[in-house]
Amino acid sequence: MLQRLRENKSAQGTLLALPTTVWLFILLIIPLVLTLIVSFGKRSPDGDVIYTFTLDNYIRLFGYSTDCTNGQTSCFDPLYVNILWRSLTLGFNTTVIVILLAYPLAYFIARADPKRRNLFLFMVLIPLWTNFVIRVYAWMMLLRKEGAINIVIGWIANLLHIPFTPLEMLYTPGAVLVGMVYEFLPFMILPIYTSLEKIDGSLYEAAADLGANAFKTFLRVTLPLSMPGVVAGTILVFIPVMGTFVVSDLLGGKQVILVGNLIQRQFLDARDPTFGSAASLVLMVMTLIVTYFYTRKFGFGDEIVAA
Amino acid sequence: MSTEFAVELRDVVKKFVTPEGHELNAVDHVTMQIKNGEFFSMLGSSGCGKTTSLRMIAGFEWPSEGEVYIEGKAMGHTPPFQRKVNTVFQSYALFQHMTIFQNVAFGLEMEGVKEDEIKKRVGRALEMVQLSGMERRKPRQLSGGQQQRVALARSLVKTPSVLLLDEPLGALDLKLRKEMQLELKSLQQQLGITFIYVTHDQEEALTMSDRIAVMSKGKVQQMGTPVEIYERPANKFVADFIGESNFLEGKLKSISGNEAVVFVPILNAEVTGMPMAKDLVNGSDVTVAIRPEKIRVVENQSGAGVFKAKVGTSVYIGSDTHLYFDLNGTRLKVMEQNRISSLDPSTFYVKDEEVLFTFPPENTLILKKD
Repeated sequence: MLQRLRENKSAQGTLLALPTTVWLFILLIIPLVLTLIVSFGKRSPDGDVIYTFTLDNYIRLFGYSTDCTNGQTSCFDPLYVNILWRSLTLGFNTTVIVILLAYPLAYFIARADPKRRNLFLFMVLIPLWTNFVIRVYAWMMLLRKEGAINIVIGWIANLLHIPFTPLEMLYTPGAVLVGMVYEFLPFMILPIYTSLEKIDGSLYEAAADLGANAFKTFLRVTLPLSMPGVVAGTILVFIPVMGTFVVSDLLGGKQVILVGNLIQRQFLDARDPTFGSAASLVLMVMTLIVTYFYTRKFGFGDEIVAA
Repeated sequence: MSTEFAVELRDVVKKFVTPEGHELNAVDHVTMQIKNGEFFSMLGSSGCGKTTSLRMIAGFEWPSEGEVYIEGKAMGHTPPFQRKVNTVFQSYALFQHMTIFQNVAFGLEMEGVKEDEIKKRVGRALEMVQLSGMERRKPRQLSGGQQQRVALARSLVKTPSVLLLDEPLGALDLKLRKEMQLELKSLQQQLGITFIYVTHDQEEALTMSDRIAVMSKGKVQQMGTPVEIYERPANKFVADFIGESNFLEGKLKSISGNEAVVFVPILNAEVTGMPMAKDLVNGSDVTVAIRPEKIRVVENQSGAGVFKAKVGTSVYIGSDTHLYFDLNGTRLKVMEQNRISSLDPSTFYVKDEEVLFTFPPENTLILKKD
């Protein structure tokens, strides 16, 4: 038996892949299929799932409503479409800002003295040692009306004898954006750093040798060669931003509801798992479509493994 | 200002600080004058300062002291992209994200050359290195030798006045390397561009160069044509580094004109008719250098200039046989060409067999003992 296994390479491969396959099957495939089944069901009055086949949940999600104010039997209600759109634009904005902040820092670290690089990387990673939720809470302390930022500004205004009413920063879309950018910055810095660090130094010299100044070298050599890192970072940032609900819950309050919040509320508060399932699947498909077209255009980030 | 020299290094020093914190002269007061259209090699083992010297010409490093001149102009801190020299890197340093065409076109684009002109010149450059038709491939899709040619084309397309080559053939296998050596040499002659070539391979340097600078410990040990360097090494280092030499201790007995008599204790003989070297006086201790191929095994001879030794090992390498003689405890290397094809064991050398050998004294060298 063992002897035969030793000779059979494909059996070895199957055996090695078995634990992962079982794991994925139980924890990914089955739940996905269940979600799909539930999303086609109906909610019973007491919050249970009635298994049937109806597209009602999806129709509702995309704006079909029977609860109309203008007296008609059906109308377009943009509530959920707005939530989907808000999530998409927030995901986009967060990713763009994170790239703009992370790239210069990653570039700086990659070009720093090798002895100090590890220290810088360590500093990038330190915040990740603290729990995600606690870090978001810290932002609440900073942003709220009696928070640190308002106190400091108020104190300066007082010194300059300028009248000051504390800024309303918490529970705004801006607060959610700041929180998201903060949370996901390291996931962009690391892959960009990895791809920059891998660029052979002689390429910079070759570019200079062939007549390119520092700016042209960056544009024509450094940037294209670090694109895999940017792509990997984008995937690592965009997908979670689309789905997370903690940041928007704590920093956005009721003002900034994202798909993540919608799904969470359907399962917990509204007790409508069928609608929640439909929203989950729509989010997944939306993310897949964006990621698909993005990677088609820029290739798949090789750095995703290294990161 | 004279522009007889394509590149000139005047008393150039490059200091580095070692990881232990010591200051080190990687290049130690080097002066070199490289003529227009010359194939000039810097030869030495790693750490001898040859690559650092090249990098200072390219502008990747700046001298700590002294000055680099290109076409008579002092370079100072001129950045690489403003120098009229181009480099072929040891690692080729090709842009992996660009096609072969884009790689070669890069330097012309930086100059602002017009698009149709770029097309023409890139086409010509690729033709020159026999890579026409590969324009749309990526570097990764080419063999090592082909990548090397792309690197060459990328530099040559800019028609530099000086081309710097940093061990460009180091990564190729022996056969390809030999082919490329001849190709590079004929390319250089055809284009009339000055080549400055860095290598640790003495055969490569001897094959291609008009002149060679042999370097060691940051200093130029000798500068000259391949023949000068091989036949008249300036010191023991060069005699040992270029080709092989047997070194025998001796004492200078007398000088008459250009000829000297040296007593060599290990041969227990006075060798007459040796070519005289400069700066030596009667009675001084000297080292006699004899090339292995200048020694001849003889039979049934005796008299002055014929010496006895025992065969230590003999190594058959096809074209030659390398013999190691035991000369009263000192090893003597002898190279014999296998002129006669024979399988007869009686013609083979046997260990501990006694042999007689001789060497023409005019083909030896007297060096100052160090």
